[in-house]
Amino acid sequence: MTAAETTGTEEAREGFGASPNRTALERFLRHPTAMASTAVLVLLGLVTILAPVIAPGDPMRVNPVARFTAPGAEYFFGTDNLGRDVFRIVVHGGRTSLLVGLVVTVVSVSIATVLGLVSGFFHQVDIVLMRFVDGIMAFPSIVLATAAAAYLGASVSTVILALSFVLIAPSLRVVRGQVLVVRELQMIEAARATGVPTLRIFRRYVLPAVTSPILVQASFIFSAAVLGEAALSFIGVGIGPTDLSWGNALTEARDYIGRAPWIVIFPGLALMITILALNLLGDSLRDILDPRLARRR
Amino acid sequence: MLRYLGKRFLLILPTIFVPLIMVFLLLRLSPGDPAGMMLGDQATADQIAALREQLGLDRPLHVQFLIWLKGIVTLDLGQSIFFREPVMEIIPRYAGVTILLTLVALTLAVLIGVAMGVISALNRNNPIDRGVVTTAVLGISVPEFWFALLLIFLFSVTLRWFPVSGYTPPSAGLIAWGTTIFLPALALGVRQSALMTRMMRSSMLDVLDEPYITTARAQGLPERTVLGRYAMRTASIPVVTVAGLSAGYMLGGVVAIEIIFSLPGLGRLLVEAVARRDYPVVEGGVLTIALVLAVLNLLIDVLYAILDPRIRYK
Amino acid sequence: MKMTDPETTMPAATASQEVMRAEGLSVALPIDGRMVPVVTDVSFGVSRGEAVALVGESGCGKSMTASAIIGLPPRGAQVTGRLIVNGREVLGLSPRQRRKLCGNEIGFIFQEPMTALHPTLRIGRQMTDTICHNLGLSRRAATERAVEILDTVGIPRPRAILQGYVHQLSGGMRQRVMIALALSCEPSLVIADEPTTALDVTIQAQVLDLMERMRKEFDLGMLFITHDLEVVRDFCDRAVVMYSGDVVERGSAAGVTRAPAHPYTRGLIEAVPGETTDRLVPIPGSVPQIGAWPEGCRFAPRCARADAKCRTHPPLDAENPTAVRCWHPLEEIA
Repeated sequence: MTAAETTGTEEAREGFGASPNRTALERFLRHPTAMASTAVLVLLGLVTILAPVIAPGDPMRVNPVARFTAPGAEYFFGTDNLGRDVFRIVVHGGRTSLLVGLVVTVVSVSIATVLGLVSGFFHQVDIVLMRFVDGIMAFPSIVLATAAAAYLGASVSTVILALSFVLIAPSLRVVRGQVLVVRELQMIEAARATGVPTLRIFRRYVLPAVTSPILVQASFIFSAAVLGEAALSFIGVGIGPTDLSWGNALTEARDYIGRAPWIVIFPGLALMITILALNLLGDSLRDILDPRLARRR
Repeated sequence: MLRYLGKRFLLILPTIFVPLIMVFLLLRLSPGDPAGMMLGDQATADQIAALREQLGLDRPLHVQFLIWLKGIVTLDLGQSIFFREPVMEIIPRYAGVTILLTLVALTLAVLIGVAMGVISALNRNNPIDRGVVTTAVLGISVPEFWFALLLIFLFSVTLRWFPVSGYTPPSAGLIAWGTTIFLPALALGVRQSALMTRMMRSSMLDVLDEPYITTARAQGLPERTVLGRYAMRTASIPVVTVAGLSAGYMLGGVVAIEIIFSLPGLGRLLVEAVARRDYPVVEGGVLTIALVLAVLNLLIDVLYAILDPRIRYK
Repeated sequence: MKMTDPETTMPAATASQEVMRAEGLSVALPIDGRMVPVVTDVSFGVSRGEAVALVGESGCGKSMTASAIIGLPPRGAQVTGRLIVNGREVLGLSPRQRRKLCGNEIGFIFQEPMTALHPTLRIGRQMTDTICHNLGLSRRAATERAVEILDTVGIPRPRAILQGYVHQLSGGMRQRVMIALALSCEPSLVIADEPTTALDVTIQAQVLDLMERMRKEFDLGMLFITHDLEVVRDFCDRAVVMYSGDVVERGSAAGVTRAPAHPYTRGLIEAVPGETTDRLVPIPGSVPQIGAWPEGCRFAPRCARADAKCRTHPPLDAENPTAVRCWHPLEEIA
């Protein structure tokens, strides 16, 4: 304590200025669930990025001799009905699943943030957008995405487009709600009254206030996107049969569940662990960044 | 009460029209010629032109919209390309299964969610509570189609308690119907029941701290009545209000579940229509799901008003 | 307003007439894993037809004492001492037997009727639930009983009220319903926790008058939890003043409010601008936190009269109904 006061004032000043962020980061580092889920996600990311090193070879390669091999030393997760290595399928399939999830999250959350800010500040836009959000949120997104696949064809880009579109709605509502709260704050009124330009109010007051809810929301959107892609690919209107993802890997597995349950178990387990880690990360971020929101749950 | 329901009805309209308008625009604005895609490679130019005319695709967009809107309002969505009969005659054959499945799943989810939530709340912070909370977190994260496969593996393949797939309508015997609907409904409801467990738990914990619960106890009412009537009555309200969102979610999950269990429902029809590029059926499926959802939401609003009189008089 | 000078009637209040007596009642709450005392060694009694005020600032333990008397303290609370209700020791009873006292022998009136009455159950349902359970009446007979008691507390058109919900009533009506609910099963003791704090000033007097009328009509023992010294002076016979979990002064309501013996009681009186002083004199310092009570006299750090002697905890004369827990009381007590 006294040491910090006597040594470099620069450090102390920096510490003071960055204190809200630093405490949030500190709380994050001390939050066991947050750290555990982050570790799991980093591990999953590394495994899929390093797929060609960890599980070299073509995951789609058929090997009729080795059909339905149980998990063991040669095939960690066994082989499927075509003799394909399930471990390789899981590791390589994760690339598509996580990549689609990431892209959808970035696209939908960015658009939702912009629209949410606009909606929160312009009443006319808000009325229209909110009816739209009501319509989208109540309606099953899988059905909309399925319909989209009918017209645009099943492909990675269709999935990204459709999921990004439907997942704008929940984030848009969160950002808009936060903006409505922030704009009523006295400091904003004061800033407006003294003639601070709108753009500066956005940057100085509104954006920082919506950052925390957006971060929390992004975790849940990521989780919803990964699940959505898997569900769409599973029913055959997702990324298409030539690509590989966890959802795709499960499509044919149903027919062989009695003979080779490992075909079902491992891709699904990978999927569930990913979704679980993202949900737990979202819950922990909510605890850390906004205790008031966490209690309302 | 009537004014309240009128207001709710107006709020439900976007739920019907937003998805439909999006489907309308998707068909008209997507690259490529829908008529050509519907008919496939072998179609002649004349056939395509005839279908374009039949679908009204040769007219300007706003005229198409008005024709389409008239079709929606009169529930006339044209002919199915594949079945060669009116869409609105095909849909009812499939809608029943989907509606029943969703209702059973919703009921299961509410029952499981409320029961687990209450058990959890009454055992606050002891091992039972922690067990329920952990299970709920896992339940929220489990993909329902994967859960369905696990259920089949455990109960149908290994234990042989239920058929692996197929559907028996309730008219052929309630027990037979029950064995074909239970696993699908359980799989469809798993995430929602986990969500409702969490919601019920926190709602019950909030209500137990309310002064009127202390009043009920101070009046000498036995704990059974205090919890079962006084606390449950208000604690279950949030669960009812999210039931509409849950139903919406389930009507999406139904697609995969119907495929897995080979149930002849709307979801399967929809996916098959997508594969066949049978656009009128796709549109009909979306419209039906939107209507089912709207009716369900109105019913839930009525239930909400019965449970919470404060709403009725607002 | 007062029937007789309570000072002279005091010795007549013998144990047989007492509906409730607390002896050395203490309450401890689990805070951060250890038991922290919040009420210590509280002793007083309430007799039939008598209104006793339990006075103090928020956090002094008066509401905690009340919740211990009806047997509904917060989770994990530890209640010790003796508690006699209608001649029976009740602290050792099972929770189920304890619950039977509620409603039947002790009625409770809460501070905020809006939140203390159920928001989504009809008022009739709440009243008949209570009456059916406690008096063993049929639904129909219970409804008649509810109508009768609502009529007694001055509610017009009681049958219509039974069909309604709490949010449809005015504040005064709500508190009348609350009183009716508390009286519905003919208790001998009624505990009222700040019954008028949430009401408009004009309604306050009506509700207090009603409670006084009920007390006389049904010969009720009443325990008033309050911080309002005017209520104590005008509507109560005796007063028990609490500070930081301690009873610091006990005596007739008139005596305590007119000529307080404890410096804290005088501080309370002087903090309210009124007839005796126009100046508002706040008590210096603030109420010590629960779990951080000073050794000895708990008021000493805020007391102008404190000296070295106050480092030991002053005793309270257990035999005498009029007593003060102070080494340097403001007046000599006879």
